[in-house]
Amino acid sequence: MIAARPDHPAPEPDDAARAALARTWARAPGLYGWITTTSHKDIGLRFVVTAFVFLALGGILALAMRLQLATPQGRALGPDAYNQFFTTHGTTMMFLFAVPVMEGMGLYLVPLMVGTRNDCFPLLMNFGYYCYLFAGLMLYVALVLNTGPDMGWFSYVPLSGPDYSPGKRVDVWSQMVTLVEISTLVGAVEIIATAFKLRAPGMSLNRIPLFVWTMVVTSFMIVFAMPAVMLSSTMLAADRLTGISTHFYNQAEGGDALLWQHLFWFFAHPEVYIIFLPATGFLATIIPTFTRRTIFGYPALVLSLVATAFIGFGVWVHHMFATPLPRVGQGVFTGASLMIVIPNGIQIFCWVATLWGGRIRVRTPMLFVLGFFAAFLIGGLSGVLLASVSIDVQVHDTFFVVAHLHYVLIGGAVFPLLAAVYYWYPKWTGRMLGERTGWVVFWLVFIGFNLTFFPMHHLGIWGMPRRVYTYLPEQGWHGLNLVATVGSWVLAMGLLLLVVNAWWSRRYGEVAGPDPWGAGTLEWATESPPPPYNFASLPTVRGREPVWEDDGTTPVVTGLATDTREVLVTTLHDAAPDHRYHMAGDSVWPFLAALATAGIFVGLIFHPAAFPIGSVATGLAIIGWFWPSKEPEPIHHEHERPAVPDGGGE
Amino acid sequence: MNSRAATLAAAMALLAAAGCAGPERHSVVDPAGVQADRIHGLWWLYLAVCVAVYVLVMAAVAVALVRRRGGSDQPLTAPPLAAEVRRGIAVAGCVGLTVVTLFVLLIADFVTGRRIDSLAREGTLTVRVTGHQWWWEVRYEESDPQQQHNAFTTANEIHIPTGRAVRFELESTDVIHSFWVPNLHGKTDMIPGHRTKTDIRADRDGEFWGQCAEFCGHQHANMRLRVIAQPEAEFQKWLAEQRQPARESAPKSSQDRGKGVFMKSSCVLCHTITGTQAGGRVGPDLTHLASRPRIAAGTLENTRGNLAEWVTDPHGIKPGVRMPANPLAPEDLHVLLDYLESLK
Repeated sequence: MIAARPDHPAPEPDDAARAALARTWARAPGLYGWITTTSHKDIGLRFVVTAFVFLALGGILALAMRLQLATPQGRALGPDAYNQFFTTHGTTMMFLFAVPVMEGMGLYLVPLMVGTRNDCFPLLMNFGYYCYLFAGLMLYVALVLNTGPDMGWFSYVPLSGPDYSPGKRVDVWSQMVTLVEISTLVGAVEIIATAFKLRAPGMSLNRIPLFVWTMVVTSFMIVFAMPAVMLSSTMLAADRLTGISTHFYNQAEGGDALLWQHLFWFFAHPEVYIIFLPATGFLATIIPTFTRRTIFGYPALVLSLVATAFIGFGVWVHHMFATPLPRVGQGVFTGASLMIVIPNGIQIFCWVATLWGGRIRVRTPMLFVLGFFAAFLIGGLSGVLLASVSIDVQVHDTFFVVAHLHYVLIGGAVFPLLAAVYYWYPKWTGRMLGERTGWVVFWLVFIGFNLTFFPMHHLGIWGMPRRVYTYLPEQGWHGLNLVATVGSWVLAMGLLLLVVNAWWSRRYGEVAGPDPWGAGTLEWATESPPPPYNFASLPTVRGREPVWEDDGTTPVVTGLATDTREVLVTTLHDAAPDHRYHMAGDSVWPFLAALATAGIFVGLIFHPAAFPIGSVATGLAIIGWFWPSKEPEPIHHEHERPAVPDGGGE
Repeated sequence: MNSRAATLAAAMALLAAAGCAGPERHSVVDPAGVQADRIHGLWWLYLAVCVAVYVLVMAAVAVALVRRRGGSDQPLTAPPLAAEVRRGIAVAGCVGLTVVTLFVLLIADFVTGRRIDSLAREGTLTVRVTGHQWWWEVRYEESDPQQQHNAFTTANEIHIPTGRAVRFELESTDVIHSFWVPNLHGKTDMIPGHRTKTDIRADRDGEFWGQCAEFCGHQHANMRLRVIAQPEAEFQKWLAEQRQPARESAPKSSQDRGKGVFMKSSCVLCHTITGTQAGGRVGPDLTHLASRPRIAAGTLENTRGNLAEWVTDPHGIKPGVRMPANPLAPEDLHVLLDYLESLK
């Protein structure tokens, strides 16, 4: 018997059981424990915090770029630094901030939302974090050594090829991209497996919280998109490595420069949705809480996510409308790019319908959600303009696109992310972020953001191309550029205030309690911050908002071991209890494997021999990782007929 | 509170629509050619639709904010069915409207695209533009094999006859560049190994600036281009002048001594001056340098001072440029400038 029946509510686990669970699931003390932890909460938050550090670094680069562009013929940076800065800024924001921060949120929240104790493959998660950290360090160490990539985050060949970018700058970029995508893929596998197999009994597919759905769909997109960029960046590295010197992209030797663009954008357009979809998951979680009702149109929202994921893979050519492609072929991609408006429109309409049918409370998270509507819609609609081939060839590669992409990524992903930070910070730390400070942060960010990026629309249609480090006084762009520079500092002030607030509230913030917002998803059913084992007894679920629907008679799962890391595996479709699963304990091997893997990529910048040597080292680490544990894993043959958790009787 | 944000954003959107004057020499919304004009029309259609959608959605959010505040905290897990069905119908209606609107936009884009591509080509002027890091080589071709001597090369400046379609054949010998003159037409990439082309017709006289639109390295920012659309007669006069070899300098004059400096220095390795032994193909053709109002791919005005600075220390102006610094004795520089200024 795994689940207690509602007419015989299980007794709350006593203090001894809780203490045993805490012993079993806690990490080892000290630095060793810090390195080897496999807790999804440790690693998820670590992803989030690290990503915010990279946001700050990328943001500082952006502020420097804005200083350079504030006046015509600015002297703040010069072309060499500017080109390194804008490349590193783009690379940081796409690879080291936006995707990892969403993964971190997923790794932290998915197990809590589906009601289990940890993510599915805890050692792999630890490995993924260190790959990410090492990749980020690699980029910034290179930048400090004046070897930062300077050919754009899109790294077009032949500019990034061996003939036009000698030196190690491009190599740093290509190896770092491959390394960080290993981490992204690992996270995606992690989230898919957790969401599909570790759900609380009763959480059938049609009851999965929308945020978990967005993470699942995003993870599938990652599984299909990231290999494209890993392949293309590896081919670029091979083209560049002395001693290998392949000619994949070398026109003179039968390669093709356009091949790179197809491979790159096949990854990089889905990347936008990989960043945006989790943000829609934040919205679909926060809006019901602050409208005090279930989300409107759950099935439509889930289907829109899936549709967006599919169509998202068929729009990449709209980044290449200025290349020689046949008109009808371009028309197909215009059609697809317009078509993706439909699922996104459905999402927006459903959220507005939720607002219309709810009782709205405007607290800081909701304020950022409203900011999302105001900002993202501008980005989404300017995207409609970019879908048109004729309009695109005019505004493509101008500041209009810079404006568009920042409205999409900041308006569409960072605003929801900030909403999410305000919303889940109490869960992470047990304390609230300041409500009044929250409003100040919001207005600084919102005004600074619009001041910075709205004028860029005009600059673009007035002919200012992207990626220029300077312009002439007679070109008439200085006024709006100065406005944008001022705006960037206002935006930075807002974010700085958030950091200060977060630092202060960790110690002195108002104590939150388990469910400060009165929300409906399972992460609010446990303490804040959650104990190492998440739930003393794993919950079961009878609807889409388990906390709201709980009238005190909801059964809980009993009978899981407290002395080993045991979780309940449920079936994919109905989440019926299936078997108990013993999770791996903490280990130092994933860290060593990540170190060896990073060694391969750093070494490959200098010599091809790094590949065989590093592979052997990684192989050894993996052997250590999979070495049979001395402690025998408990095997449970007991396989009773699972209890039906919604009280249907047996 | 947020309705104020909505008002602010809407006001900014209106500003976007209204304040479209901007610099007239490089502006998408100040078309001077038939294609740019058609794109401009399509631009307004798309912009109007998008602004309308924005206003409607934000109004819906604002109305909800005003009308649906407060009330009980008790969460609503099963909202009243009748109201939900009403909202469902509204959402479905909005989606239907979206689909129809998108079809209209798609068809409008396709029709505009077809019209842009089918520019009638009366006349056979063909200009070949080659992108280099970081300047433009411009060659006026002659299709008639008997007239090959009439073909000539210039740099960073394209003259075209107003009202006549011109075919631009675009190529690159190093990295990818993109050819873009906003007042006349959208971009066409110049990709090594791919010959691309674009047809352009200017419908009014004027000077229009273009700029490389694909990041091409260090000096991408200073890779500018000027297109001068002028009446046919003026254009023909310009053509006739450009077809001439470089002006001879009087023996023993300072120009002649400057020519000597040029020919003895490394200048000849990269630059061509027709009618002299200078035949380098790496840098811009200087045969009629003095006839061009700007130098260094549009970066500087063509004055004696700028020219001197450019010759002696180009890296101070365009850091990373391919042209080396030329430390010349003051006397040599002086006569060299006399010579270069005589290349009208």
